[in-house]
Amino acid sequence: MEDVKGISRRAVLQAGAVAAVGAGGFVPTRFAIGNTAKVKVGFLLPYSGTYAGLGEAITNGFKLALEERGGKLGGRDIQFIAVDDESNPAKGPENTNKLVTGENVDFVVGPVHSGVAMGMVKVVRETGTITVIANAGAGAATGPLCAPNIFRTSFTNWQTAYPMAKVAMERGMKNVVTMSWKYAAGEEAVAGFEQGFTKAGGKIAKQILVPFPQEEFQANLTEIAALKPDGVFVFFAGSGALKFVKDYAAAGLKSIPLMGPGFLTDGVLKEQGAAAEGLLTTLHYADALDTSENKAFRGAYRKAFSKDADVYAVQGYDAGQLLFQGMGAVKGDTGAKADLIAAMEKAVINSPRGSFTLSKAHNPVQDIYLRQVKGGQEVVLGVAEKALADPATGCKMG
Amino acid sequence: MDFWFFLIQALNGVQYGLLLFLVASGLTLIFGIMGIINLAHGAFYMLGAYLAYWLAGVTGSLTAAVLLSLPLAGAIGYGIEALLVRTLYRRDHLDQVLLTYGLILIFNEATRMTWGADVHGVAVPAALNWSIKLTDTLSYPVYRLMLSAVCAVLAVGMYLVITRTRFGMWVRAGASNRDMVAALGINVKLLFGVVFAIGAALAGLAGAISTPITSVAPGMGDSVLILCFVVVVIGGVGSIKGAFLGAMLIGLADTFGKVFVPDFASFTVYGVMAAVLLWKPRGLFS
Repeated sequence: MEDVKGISRRAVLQAGAVAAVGAGGFVPTRFAIGNTAKVKVGFLLPYSGTYAGLGEAITNGFKLALEERGGKLGGRDIQFIAVDDESNPAKGPENTNKLVTGENVDFVVGPVHSGVAMGMVKVVRETGTITVIANAGAGAATGPLCAPNIFRTSFTNWQTAYPMAKVAMERGMKNVVTMSWKYAAGEEAVAGFEQGFTKAGGKIAKQILVPFPQEEFQANLTEIAALKPDGVFVFFAGSGALKFVKDYAAAGLKSIPLMGPGFLTDGVLKEQGAAAEGLLTTLHYADALDTSENKAFRGAYRKAFSKDADVYAVQGYDAGQLLFQGMGAVKGDTGAKADLIAAMEKAVINSPRGSFTLSKAHNPVQDIYLRQVKGGQEVVLGVAEKALADPATGCKMG
Repeated sequence: MDFWFFLIQALNGVQYGLLLFLVASGLTLIFGIMGIINLAHGAFYMLGAYLAYWLAGVTGSLTAAVLLSLPLAGAIGYGIEALLVRTLYRRDHLDQVLLTYGLILIFNEATRMTWGADVHGVAVPAALNWSIKLTDTLSYPVYRLMLSAVCAVLAVGMYLVITRTRFGMWVRAGASNRDMVAALGINVKLLFGVVFAIGAALAGLAGAISTPITSVAPGMGDSVLILCFVVVVIGGVGSIKGAFLGAMLIGLADTFGKVFVPDFASFTVYGVMAAVLLWKPRGLFS
């Protein structure tokens, strides 16, 4: 009896030791099964079409963040699976499913297009897959549709526009025309500005919405000239931003200050040339930010990809950091979802944009910079709004 | 003030219409006269814009770039006709749609691979980079006026070539009875190849000369293509006169729609199309 008991006790101890050693090389305490499997990270990003460059920058930034940290997540090797979302909202759910149920990924990182994000959110809310939005600024994704497993390392459209209202007021503008494409991102940005501006006593002379993605603005520019506002706030991005800024200057409107979220110049500043001179923009990042983190990041990015980093690369980089911190806290155990989410919620991201934390709705609480084009360069004038959190209207979390 | 505002908006509309006509006229030649549904027409517009952007960088002159991109777009158009489109004249429209849709995808991807996904702009030539002041606040860019003038001259020229010359007669005859024209000793293959090349060159020219007022990006031809089909359908398939009137109508409807009924701006163009087709189901001239 005694013997048997002793043996059995020893056997238990031995078995425990074996298990501990077996898991030990990799994940010492939490993990027993599946420890050799790689962590699957799925990218749902545009790799073709107009936004291809943005998808590439996010992917590069994400990989750079992990390479700098040993190339592992919670001690486990990583397998990347990329799906081209084609910036096609109609295919959003289908493409997300490819990753979530088809490839059974542990994490989803993406997308650029807000419409795709809405489709993606629908799917991952049901599957519970931990998801990091690395660009799309649609307020709803972390507003009414927020969920514990949905995070964002980019911005909300409101966040990039609201601080400009204060700037406009300070510069003596009382009467402003707003203009944008008639689609979610533009309408949210314009609404953010208008909310701040009217609250501060300003008047919106007119809100102009043009069909997306039309780029024939001449009729509206004539209208703006006739209205003679003190300033014009617009949301445009990419080719629309390039065209609008050039047309604005050509129509002789340069005497009326033009402002907008930073996408108005990011990526197209060089092509806009003299037309962009004096433009005021607000954004959570600026290439020229004078911090050691930003310089180190930009240097490393240039070295790795022989290309200059941009705001999209930063958002990808920070998505990598966020997952690294979360997975570090649970030592690679993706099964410990609640702990993983809790760790991600508490993360402090040491971003090239300046360090930030996440709000209860899982949005970055971040500084918004005021930038101006001077001599063909984007100059950082200062911080327009410190530690700005999205109001996340409609989010019941936290 | 109100008068000037109205006048300048009308000018905006006419200018937009003229540009649309330049693109649509090539389409009406190919679609209306040769009977080929060419969805790749917008791709030629994009090609012209990219060629102009590239050549303007190489030569340093937009004028030279536009003049060079015109024959280049035409030559590429001729090559595509000879290699691919030629086999489709007697085939179903569905086959043509399939082939030319494939061409759109290939063109879009090829431009992205060649010039990248970035957006490009071309500067307005210094000599034309100024505005005419119409009132104390309203002024009009000279480049846009020049653009309108070029389009107007081409519109008249094309009308005369198609209706008054032997070449125009062959084209019209070849379209309605290919075998008969061939029997008369006219090289119909060459004739159709040339017409297709001219259509491509016109689209390319429109793309090239509009580079200073548009942004050069992959896929830029897609939205133009839809408007061109609207113009051709309104005007009556195959009619140059119809394409011109249709383009004016669309240009003005779009401009005034944006200003006076902005909530319906996405629909004004299609509303006009629906109204015209209810009244004249086959278009204005057919």
